[in-house]
Amino acid sequence: MATAFPFSAIVGQDEMKLALLIAAVDPTIGGVLVFGDRGTGKSTTVRALAALLPPMRAVVGCPYGCDPGAVAKLCERCTGAKGNGPPKSRLVPVPVVDLPLGATEDRVVGALDLERALAHGVKAFEPGLLARAHRGFLYIDEVNLLEDHLVDVLLDVAASGENVVEREGLSVRHPARFVLIGSGNPEEGELRPQLLDRFGLSVEVKTPSELAVRIEVVRRRDAFDRDPAAFAARWKREDARLRRRILAARERLPGVAVPDAALGAAAELCMRLGTDGLRGELTLMRAARALASLEGDGAVGEAHLRRVAPAALRHRLRRNPLDDAGSTTRVERALAEQFGPA
Amino acid sequence: MSPRSPWADAVLAAALFATDPHGTGGVLLRAHAGPVRDRWLALVRTLMPHGAPWRRVPIHVTDGRLLGGLDLAATLRSGRPVAERGLLAEADGGALVLAMAERVAPGAAARIAAALDTGEAAVERDGLGLRLAARFGVLALDEGASPDERTPAVLADRLAFPVDLTGLSAREAHDAGLDAAAAAQARSRLARVRAADCVLEALVATAAAIGIGSMRIPLLALRAARAAAALAGRDAVAEEDASLAGRLVLAPRATALPPAEPPSEEPRPDAPDPPGSGSETERPDGDGGALADIVLEATQAAIPPGLLAELRVRAARTRMPSAGRAGAVQRSRLRGRPTGTRAGDPRGGARLNVVETLRAAAPWQPLRRRERGAAARADGGTPRVEVRREDFRVTRFRQRAQTTTIFVVDASGSAALHRLSEAKGAVELLLADAYVRRDRVALVAFRGKGAELLLPPTRSLARAKRSLAALPGGGGTPLAAGIDVAAALAEAVGRRGETPVVVLLTDGRANVARDGGRTRAEEEALAAARVLRDAGVAAMVVDTSPRPQPLAGRLAAEMGARYLPLPHVDSAKLSRAVRASAAAAR
Repeated sequence: MATAFPFSAIVGQDEMKLALLIAAVDPTIGGVLVFGDRGTGKSTTVRALAALLPPMRAVVGCPYGCDPGAVAKLCERCTGAKGNGPPKSRLVPVPVVDLPLGATEDRVVGALDLERALAHGVKAFEPGLLARAHRGFLYIDEVNLLEDHLVDVLLDVAASGENVVEREGLSVRHPARFVLIGSGNPEEGELRPQLLDRFGLSVEVKTPSELAVRIEVVRRRDAFDRDPAAFAARWKREDARLRRRILAARERLPGVAVPDAALGAAAELCMRLGTDGLRGELTLMRAARALASLEGDGAVGEAHLRRVAPAALRHRLRRNPLDDAGSTTRVERALAEQFGPA
Repeated sequence: MSPRSPWADAVLAAALFATDPHGTGGVLLRAHAGPVRDRWLALVRTLMPHGAPWRRVPIHVTDGRLLGGLDLAATLRSGRPVAERGLLAEADGGALVLAMAERVAPGAAARIAAALDTGEAAVERDGLGLRLAARFGVLALDEGASPDERTPAVLADRLAFPVDLTGLSAREAHDAGLDAAAAAQARSRLARVRAADCVLEALVATAAAIGIGSMRIPLLALRAARAAAALAGRDAVAEEDASLAGRLVLAPRATALPPAEPPSEEPRPDAPDPPGSGSETERPDGDGGALADIVLEATQAAIPPGLLAELRVRAARTRMPSAGRAGAVQRSRLRGRPTGTRAGDPRGGARLNVVETLRAAAPWQPLRRRERGAAARADGGTPRVEVRREDFRVTRFRQRAQTTTIFVVDASGSAALHRLSEAKGAVELLLADAYVRRDRVALVAFRGKGAELLLPPTRSLARAKRSLAALPGGGGTPLAAGIDVAAALAEAVGRRGETPVVVLLTDGRANVARDGGRTRAEEEALAAARVLRDAGVAAMVVDTSPRPQPLAGRLAAEMGARYLPLPHVDSAKLSRAVRASAAAAR
């Protein structure tokens, strides 16, 4: 694979970077949606994340990369092989799988292995993109252009954490838990509400307005394009530092306290904004906890809530047609009402 | 610098593109089909590397052909899966010619854009998962007649050179005086060309000064400047190369005039040093600001006259139509026509697609024959082709007739402004669930002397919101003109096979006739209403006056429309009423 642009070399776009880091610390947050202007490095940043993530331990030979530590979540194949001690495992990179537009359903969910069927007459399951993305990230660029029947598949699998294949005489089920990452431009069309709801965090990216920042963006991109390897090497240490931060945050995460005051504040904020259901509160809490963990803080505080609230809530607001303000403004307004001016 | 003819600039763009096809992304060529365009394309072709691929993408390209997939014949012959390369991979190292780029579907444009970004074609189809090299440049041939017909922005944003050859006669398109050898030399020099930091700063500053938001554009300009230096036989980007890049890449994209004071007084940009690289950011100081001025000046001089005025008009109507409107038309014309196939059961009214079903069954034949072998022999003879239920492919048709709700909003002074905000609210409410119901909305506003289509039928909330927000109020009430525009739009919508529903929000007090006078205003409005009724368009009149008016009631009667006196209308009520009307029209 070609060298990816180093994550730490991305200029600005702090909200997007933070959301991705939070998802890396706590995958249960449920995905990140990146919506915004053209040419702001949306897909560059997501692809950069792949190189940044610390490797994970996976069962050797398992097509789904099962976690040897999580016995309850093993796939059928790994559960079957149990009995003679813990399964052999090795360190593998966390998958960041691209779901390109125009992918066919059989490649996404998996299908009969064509090669083996043709050459050997064997009926074998060839795992699809969902299997590859298990325990990692599934990235869809231009997510609002994704075909409807694929959206249906994604919704189903994301809800159950399991991919069930019943086709071509195959009957296979395997775990498929992944962090969904979507990016797109709102000009191209809206996202289906059901899919929108699957994303835990939603961030808006804008083109940087400061000249110095813009110059630095172009300078780094150009340097990267001219010599990807050298550029990546220059940022290696910075990326490694960030990787250690993610690892440390993951370890700290279970110990981060969520005081009642913070819970109350989160609930009040959601009520103020009239978000549907409990998902908003839950995501807000988890994201604030992951942020506290990333920052090395022992407990969730007001500052953490404030920083993640726009990303956790802006896509859950009911549209109020008589309010011309964008959802970001509305969240910020509610934040100011609750916590006082920033 | 001598005044440049459009043809001379087009020739330069061709040469720069041929110098670095993938790096510069491509050319967005706005021109009618004809000898001028043909000559320009022939020129590009001679300048491209010898034997470089040249692939034409037809407007209705399928994913299979564009991205690649399973080569069925070869697969069956050899007994193992054989991949067939798509146009994207075939164009590797050469040019991808996109015909009628303004009509390209957003999906296809996004696939091409993704390949431009990564330099490879990602194929996840037909049981194949491949990454094929696809480093090509795009020649997007845009024949759009109106400003609304544009190449999808997702693509336009990735092509360095917008070239406009419309209105150029064949006489002006003289011999270019460039040959393949010069381009080949430039290509071999390109890797050596260096650009000083001040060049980069000048291009970024210029792009920012003329209101270019995307960060891709200055990067493309930088690559164009390098190509220009290579073409001129230089190893470092000179002032004229940067100016040329500004003129060709930045100027046609201007959305604002630079501030009167060129930004040379601004504090020197001091970006944070990347760690581990001390020397890199030490730029050859001195003439950075001066160069920025020069490039800005050259760029500004090249901003086509009238462009900014045109932009302002367009911005007021629909800010940056994302996909060409023609593209949308193209899609919806497919109503009643298949839009592809999908696996499915042919029962329940779906139509079996025989060819696709056989194609799906074909690769599995050896396996199935073996499985079935024994049983079939007992029956006496194997079926030639064994088709199973999972092979069934049914044709997907356009799902159902779309409803397009045309809001005709009275934005005159008499309709108090708060009514306008309610109309805005109703449009947004409808749009919010339009995605689920596949409906679209359009917005016509009338005020002052005439009516205007503010928002062509769309499903994009972002666009609708913006054009609504920009809707001004005040002036006379040219009711007839408003109904005329709505009727024309309703007819166009009907021709596409969609169902139009007209929702007129007015107090019915027409006071401006078609000729701008006053006297016949009401009469004309009623006549226009009758035309709408005769066309059989479902309609609804929402009386927005504080107290129900007989005028609006009469208008509704002439229109054969539902009449809704809503003195204290709220958006939700309005939206419910519209939905009921739309359901009745279907």
